[in-house]
Amino acid sequence: MIKYVLRRLLQMIPVFIGVTMLLFLLRAPGVLPGDPIRMITGERAIPDALRVEIEEKYHFNDPLPVQYGYYLSDLVHGDLGDSLQKGRPVTDIFADKYPNTIKLALVAIVIEVIIGVGAGIVSAVKQYSFWDVLVTLSTSILVSMPVFWLGMLFQIFFGIKFKQWGLPYLPISGMGNPPDLVHLILPGVTLASVSTAYAARIMRSQMLEVMSQDYIRTALAKGLSWSTVVRRHALKNALIPVVTFMGIDLGAMLSGAILTETVFNWPGVGLEIFLAIGQRDWPVVMGGVVVVVIAVMFVNLLVDMSYAFLDPRIRYGSGTE
Amino acid sequence: MTKSTNDPQGTNLDPKDASGHAVRDLYSPLPVAPLEEHDVSGPTRTLWRDAWRRLRKNKLAMAGLVWVALVISITLSADLWVPDAFGDPEAIDTATAAQNYLLPPSADHPFGTDKLARDVFARVVYGARISLSVGIIAVFISIAIGLIMGALAGYYGGLADVLVMRLADVFLAFPYVLFAVALIAVLGPGYINVFIAIGVLGWPTIARVFRSSILSVKENEYIDAARAMGASDARIIFRHILPNAIAPILVYGTMATGGAILTEAALSFLGMGVQPPTPSWGLMLSDAKALMQRAPWMMIYPGAAILTTVLSFVLMGDGLRDALDVKMKD
Repeated sequence: MIKYVLRRLLQMIPVFIGVTMLLFLLRAPGVLPGDPIRMITGERAIPDALRVEIEEKYHFNDPLPVQYGYYLSDLVHGDLGDSLQKGRPVTDIFADKYPNTIKLALVAIVIEVIIGVGAGIVSAVKQYSFWDVLVTLSTSILVSMPVFWLGMLFQIFFGIKFKQWGLPYLPISGMGNPPDLVHLILPGVTLASVSTAYAARIMRSQMLEVMSQDYIRTALAKGLSWSTVVRRHALKNALIPVVTFMGIDLGAMLSGAILTETVFNWPGVGLEIFLAIGQRDWPVVMGGVVVVVIAVMFVNLLVDMSYAFLDPRIRYGSGTE
Repeated sequence: MTKSTNDPQGTNLDPKDASGHAVRDLYSPLPVAPLEEHDVSGPTRTLWRDAWRRLRKNKLAMAGLVWVALVISITLSADLWVPDAFGDPEAIDTATAAQNYLLPPSADHPFGTDKLARDVFARVVYGARISLSVGIIAVFISIAIGLIMGALAGYYGGLADVLVMRLADVFLAFPYVLFAVALIAVLGPGYINVFIAIGVLGWPTIARVFRSSILSVKENEYIDAARAMGASDARIIFRHILPNAIAPILVYGTMATGGAILTEAALSFLGMGVQPPTPSWGLMLSDAKALMQRAPWMMIYPGAAILTTVLSFVLMGDGLRDALDVKMKD
């Protein structure tokens, strides 16, 4: 168990180096077309003295590996530069916003687990029934839908139209003041929608695959009831890939929320990055990407570790990957 | 695409033996009817014809195919009729703009007009050009990079394998839209950069598919035979190994085209993609956001265009996967 955790930690190191190196190369001078100093100062013209000062500060005249060393050291010390518009350190800005993003992600994950897994199981157990067709069709539609469009449809329908018809309507923007749970409903459902559809599809195909295995037939043959076999034998094994997906998805929600948060003006990390794009505030954009990527890697690591609890084969170190 | 995989030269499309009998597989009943009545009617069994026959029975996949064909033909012929009938998708007619802005759908403007008095239908039609071209070109870029990387990893193995697969892990660790945002933040927003960004990000999946299919056939004797005959590595990889991997790559490519269209819409919605006045579905939705209550038609139609087009690719991908019997992780 400890060996497995340690090995996962070690495997993360090259990925971490690769990810940071890629982000570093994106704004290193001379690697891609585009002026790295523009990325720091914004669009306005700057005096040569300031240009030299920035080149000094960011070590743009050193060899690339040395620059990368400085970059990594800044990163480890939590220094992502300052916002052009707000003059605040990028790290502080995102520290303020992250709790909101996490709140939204947790709501979405709960919806995904209950509806996605539930629909997948029903769909597989009652294959080719009305419910199966319904789930298959609606998941195909959901995965083809732009998230931000779905959010806007919700806003028109449950916000604007319900209000016009004199029905109880839902808030469509912001967190409320003071923040309340009602404001979480529409953005939460929107953020959960696509993932719920994927979770249902994966759950369905996994259940179908597991149900065709020999040991399921054996369990039925020895006289266990259908529902016992589904619950005790099939479900557990079918769940592992779904957990994998959800872990990756939780990571993605910490970032993919950029679209949902933009539509619902939800004051999280994604909205902050979106606003920074509009203001050409590149340190916030790039800093936000770095913060999110590191958060995603961390969540993925936690998910990998959770397998050790779910799957005894991993715990005892035989079936490794 | 009509070649069979066990017939790399493609010479045997209509197989007959020396005496002119159609060659059938062993499980079909022997022909009892006279030859001339028989040889046209019996379907030739090749992988692609079998797959096509199965695909044709899949109503949803065929609906997707028809829809995409329709969208493509409308888009390609758009220059001939759309501007005349509905107005220019980009230019603003200053003389009439004051009366014609934000008109609800009517006979003259089936999808209504936007806040600059441009016809929404014309913009949706021209938006299809951006979406489809980004989708298709981006996926071709992904496939090109993915095939080269996959070949490096699978065929040469060793250090190349480790490096390429680690790099793929790095790319997959990135949240997709955010990485595209970062890349475009550096390259600058714009049409070309959107498909470069989407294309560059899509390669790891293709590389993995190709790598595993190389690994599964690399030790076969026909590869040794090709090498003994002096074929170069490139020829072995692309002439003798690649045909084994075409089915999964086709399935993946179809699905990825839908994904690329969604990503383009998302990037344009965020202001990191196609820039105004060029009509793009994502950009139209971001214009519509502020006018949602006043002019809902501005957001309904571009969104419906994205949904139906992407859904068509997803259904075609599903259909191809079943028809070609490709095993895939969802």
